[in-house]
Amino acid sequence: MPSSPQDPSSPTPEQFQQVQRSEDFSRLRSSFRSFAIPMTVAFLVWYFAYVLLSTYAEGLMSTPVMGNLNLGLLMGISQFLMTFLITWLYIRHANRNLDPIAEKLRDELEGEH
Amino acid sequence: MEFGNPLFNIAIFLAFVVVTLVVVIRVSKQNVTAGDFYHGGRAFSGRQNGIAIAGDYLSAASFLGIVGAVALYGYDGLLYSVGFLVAWLVALLLVAEPLRNTAKYTMADVLSFRMRQRPVRTAAATSTLAVTFFYLLAQMAGAGALVSLLIGIEGRVGQSIVIAVVGVVMIAYVLIGGMKGTTWVQIIKAVLLVTAVGVSTVWILALNGFNLSEVLGKAVAEHPDGATILEPMHQYGTSGASKLGFVSLAIALVFGAAGLPHVLMRFYTVPTAKEARRSVVWAIGLIGFFYLCTMVLGFAAAYMVGVDVIGTLPGGSNSAAPALAYALGGTVLMGIISAVAFATILAVVAGLTITASASFAHDIYNGVIKEGSATSAQEVRVARRTAVVIGAVSIIGGILAAEQNVAFLVSLAFAIAASANLPSILYSLYWKRFNTRGSLWSIYGGLGSALILITFSPVVSGAETAMIPGADFAWFPLTNPAIISVPLGFFLGWLGSVTSSETNELKQAEMEVRSMTGAGAEKATQPH
Repeated sequence: MPSSPQDPSSPTPEQFQQVQRSEDFSRLRSSFRSFAIPMTVAFLVWYFAYVLLSTYAEGLMSTPVMGNLNLGLLMGISQFLMTFLITWLYIRHANRNLDPIAEKLRDELEGEH
Repeated sequence: MEFGNPLFNIAIFLAFVVVTLVVVIRVSKQNVTAGDFYHGGRAFSGRQNGIAIAGDYLSAASFLGIVGAVALYGYDGLLYSVGFLVAWLVALLLVAEPLRNTAKYTMADVLSFRMRQRPVRTAAATSTLAVTFFYLLAQMAGAGALVSLLIGIEGRVGQSIVIAVVGVVMIAYVLIGGMKGTTWVQIIKAVLLVTAVGVSTVWILALNGFNLSEVLGKAVAEHPDGATILEPMHQYGTSGASKLGFVSLAIALVFGAAGLPHVLMRFYTVPTAKEARRSVVWAIGLIGFFYLCTMVLGFAAAYMVGVDVIGTLPGGSNSAAPALAYALGGTVLMGIISAVAFATILAVVAGLTITASASFAHDIYNGVIKEGSATSAQEVRVARRTAVVIGAVSIIGGILAAEQNVAFLVSLAFAIAASANLPSILYSLYWKRFNTRGSLWSIYGGLGSALILITFSPVVSGAETAMIPGADFAWFPLTNPAIISVPLGFFLGWLGSVTSSETNELKQAEMEVRSMTGAGAEKATQPH
């Protein structure tokens, strides 16, 4: 099949299953999910809060805050800052907590033949 | 109002075409295998690919359209740019790295990984072609509209000739350069676009003592609607349906980006998942910076050009950005901005063409018709021929659609991507129980419902601005289908899976371990 070339150097399906059941792999999976899922929920909540408040609470979003900048404009700009912040947090998490385990498992799998 | 010098604009644009063609020819000397053609030997660094992603993503619609929308409607224009950017967090957190680790060339590679190959591959290729087609039409139609303004060519015949020229140059990029050449075109274009927009923004802020509030104040003073442009729902607040339509658009934007096949295919041009992650970081930085700048440019256009003047320009609000460049830096800046905008269309069209031709050659021709037995040389030959056919179809489609609303076509592409592609991508990466029936129901259900709802919406008939103004067969009141079709795509994926007993534990184990660790993933085939 085009998606999974069976050249002799790739690990066997059984090896993959073995790794999937290993402790290291469940640590990797839970470390990834416990970061990615709450973050996804958080940015979706903040994004849809901005969209829904802009749509259905125009008065509130028009409250002046700084000079000509009102609450809605600041909340819009905050979406940019949030995106940059979550990107930075994810990179830090991945470099520190995900990459070392992923590399270890990959070396085990690709070295075993 | 007359502004700019058409000959100067054409000269700068031709210089871009010549320079990029030389680069494409130089880098494409060793395009031999299917891999070289589809992903440039996976030899791009994360930074290069990130800049190229920004090049693919920042289309003329987002540049000209958003500046114009902010100039006319203020606050409501911003809502687009926020959605376009936040969407990248879905790609970064959930899609980019596992995708790079599991697949080879196309989106269908991921979706069919642990499913029955032929039906799922066909479904994924169908939705790839559908999304790409609508995106292509929008870009080609935009090219015609832009040209009348920027290089002074008016009338249908002149515009049609320009659309045909764009199509031919784009086919040349793809045939000669493959993915590698196309990627370099994206990189050059993205650097030019972001630099031009960044310099203009700093210039405007410098004129206002680097005080954003002052820019807003001047816009309010000059705009006929005054302070209301800083408040929401100036454009969308006319009725309950238009408000809900806006919420639906917001759903399409945030879930659409990570399902756009031409963006997904970019993740295969880098050697590792870590470089894929780095690409997204670069893309987020550039795209975020770009959209912050368009906000400043939009408000600046409202007072430097004036809303009344924008209304009289050929091309309407789409001309706000070039007109602002003229007010700011005269003929030279206007020429540069115009040429960059035009180059943007060319580069995005090339990226879309290579995605569609790769999907047809790799998924339909090799995966379904030849059942994986075609050689790499055969596949590339089919991909090249497909690129020519797609080029021809998009030239004709672009000429026919020249009068259509560009924003509508782009939002349709995002809505289809969010409904048909994203649910099955997320399920197949993260839900063990997902299977062939779930994939098919999710892809076809999302695709079909999005297309049906659009057809029977006020965008197509029953409104003054509709595509078929005379007819009225609309029964769906919203201008964007995502609020229904995205949840439906997710629901059908779940329902199809739980009603089918098919499971493939070994394949699921392989996919999950590969996606998380990169073991057994495709390696770079050309040195860095």
